[in-house]
Amino acid sequence: MTTAVYAVGREKVREYAHAVGETDPRYLDPDQARAAGFADVVAPPMFAAVYGGPAVFPAIMESGLDFSRMVHGAQEFTWHEPVVAGDEITTEAELEETSERGGLQFYVFKTTSRNQRGELVSEGRWTNIVR
Amino acid sequence: MKVTPDKYLTYRYAGASGDFNPIHLDDEFARSVGLPGRILHGLWTMAQCARAQGDGLKLRSLSVQFRGMGVPEQEITITTTADGTVEATQGDNRLVRRGKAVIRE
Repeated sequence: MTTAVYAVGREKVREYAHAVGETDPRYLDPDQARAAGFADVVAPPMFAAVYGGPAVFPAIMESGLDFSRMVHGAQEFTWHEPVVAGDEITTEAELEETSERGGLQFYVFKTTSRNQRGELVSEGRWTNIVR
Repeated sequence: MKVTPDKYLTYRYAGASGDFNPIHLDDEFARSVGLPGRILHGLWTMAQCARAQGDGLKLRSLSVQFRGMGVPEQEITITTTADGTVEATQGDNRLVRRGKAVIRE
């Protein structure tokens, strides 16, 4: 099990939103986010890949899989409480299962992310395939 | 939904996400590991699948299987059927298949 804490910054959320083409003002404009009932700009759902990454990468390294032959095979996220700038997200990552099919090795990592109040914000399943 | 990643998108996404794998940034490196050139980040393509579902804060879950490698400067089409099945294609190349989006009631 590996754990990482990620502090969600306003400009990082905005930078991410721009990079993926999100235009919803709740992701970009603190005033509009507050008017919508949030403490600050809200992270787009797929920002889960950003705060989860620092927990998953060490878990991948720890699993001993051949990183140079790894491809990202599948990804799943389930979202719960919204994430806003100023939150601190703690993500736990662990290798959930390994299997082999058709000469390919499958490594499935599971992540669980909670905010500073201990509320569940998202869960992820990251499937990496080693060719 | 249609979206065309511009020439410099992979650099912006690398900075935004922290994923600086050179297969996304360096054509020469990408070719040296058997790719046609630098490829898109799968998680960027998945973010397009999420964006295609409308209000992101109403998205309960999204799962995708990555298939073909996406490349910059070619249009990507995201399709979602009534039962929430999501696919992403770029020309004849299927980037995402068997995606499944669930929206909160």
